[in-house]
Amino acid sequence: MLIAATLAVLVVMLLAIIRTVIGPTLYDRILAVNMFGTKTILLLSLLGFVMGRPEFLDIAIVYALINFISVIAVLRYSDSFEFGSKTGEKTAENRIPQSGERLELGNKEAE
Amino acid sequence: MIFDLDIIRELISALFLFMGSFLCISGGVGILRFPDFYTRMHAVGVTDTLAAAMILIGLMLQNPDGLVVIKLSLILLMTLFINPTASHALAKAAFHNGLMPLIEKNKKNNSLPDKKQESEKG
Amino acid sequence: MRHTLTLFVTLTVFWLLNSGHNTVLMTLLGLVSIIFVLYVAHKMDVVDHESQPVHLSLKFPGYFLWLLKELVLANISVVKSIWLGNSTISPCLMTIKSSQKTDLGIVIYANSITITPGTVSVDLIGDRITVHSLFKENIEFLKAGEMDRRVTELES
Repeated sequence: MLIAATLAVLVVMLLAIIRTVIGPTLYDRILAVNMFGTKTILLLSLLGFVMGRPEFLDIAIVYALINFISVIAVLRYSDSFEFGSKTGEKTAENRIPQSGERLELGNKEAE
Repeated sequence: MIFDLDIIRELISALFLFMGSFLCISGGVGILRFPDFYTRMHAVGVTDTLAAAMILIGLMLQNPDGLVVIKLSLILLMTLFINPTASHALAKAAFHNGLMPLIEKNKKNNSLPDKKQESEKG
Repeated sequence: MRHTLTLFVTLTVFWLLNSGHNTVLMTLLGLVSIIFVLYVAHKMDVVDHESQPVHLSLKFPGYFLWLLKELVLANISVVKSIWLGNSTISPCLMTIKSSQKTDLGIVIYANSITITPGTVSVDLIGDRITVHSLFKENIEFLKAGEMDRRVTELES
């Protein structure tokens, strides 16, 4: 069961990578990377048990902290510089026409 | 008797691990299937809360003595405290940079526009 | 002073649980690093009732258990709609009012909203929280105000 759970977490990491690659906006990518980090914590804990080395848990704790700091840092950066629009990403500005039409947009895409 | 308890513990642990794996994969499918950023965030919420908790509790039952359990519960607590903060920061950054969520069709006609203006006023 | 003491005890327990070594040298090194952390925390001026919410510790377990129950229910509904497809979701964005008096209470409320899958607090201005939700039922649950009431009880 341990190995099955490890494989499941690996599959989820793969799905997160797919979303990171195809994600239409910058925030989708950050979200997927954040999820990837959480799954890495789980994977480290599981691998510690699979290989019989519980010392991996220390690494998992440190990784949890670093993951949080990295996400906040990237968001800080994106807040202050808006680097998404410069690199030609499909960012929010492209998706929002005018203030009055904001809510209409969603419905077009929902269909 | 002790042997029996061990088998039961292993079974419960396997059950927890299975549930955790299932929830994890559900969240992974959700992040691909859901239509926009904000809804995907809910799918990630599933893998961050209950799936992580299930897998970590399953691991706790594998080796229920010593520092391992304490470290695992520390990881669990950290996950539960850190992830909402990161999610909120991400959602707030997206919202302030103008990424609008998809809204359900019949919802927008009645209550949503007023609410939107109110929030902008405040 | 009381909060410094709590922080000291927390850090000591954290060190002892994580190190696993009991030699004199290791304990002394731990003591030195704890005192260093205390010094830095004082310099940053973060040692107060918000970073060390000891006054909540008696009521917190009860609230946490209730939150855990809500967490499981919300997880089940979100997983169900993941497998049933996009037609089962009804995303909406709403502003709700919170009745907490302190900043800490509002933060606990907003984080409780975010940690429950299906609802994410998107923005927080004053006592108004903008919530994005996956189902209409979730918003109605929040508007009914049970979580709000429980958090207000927790902080008082």
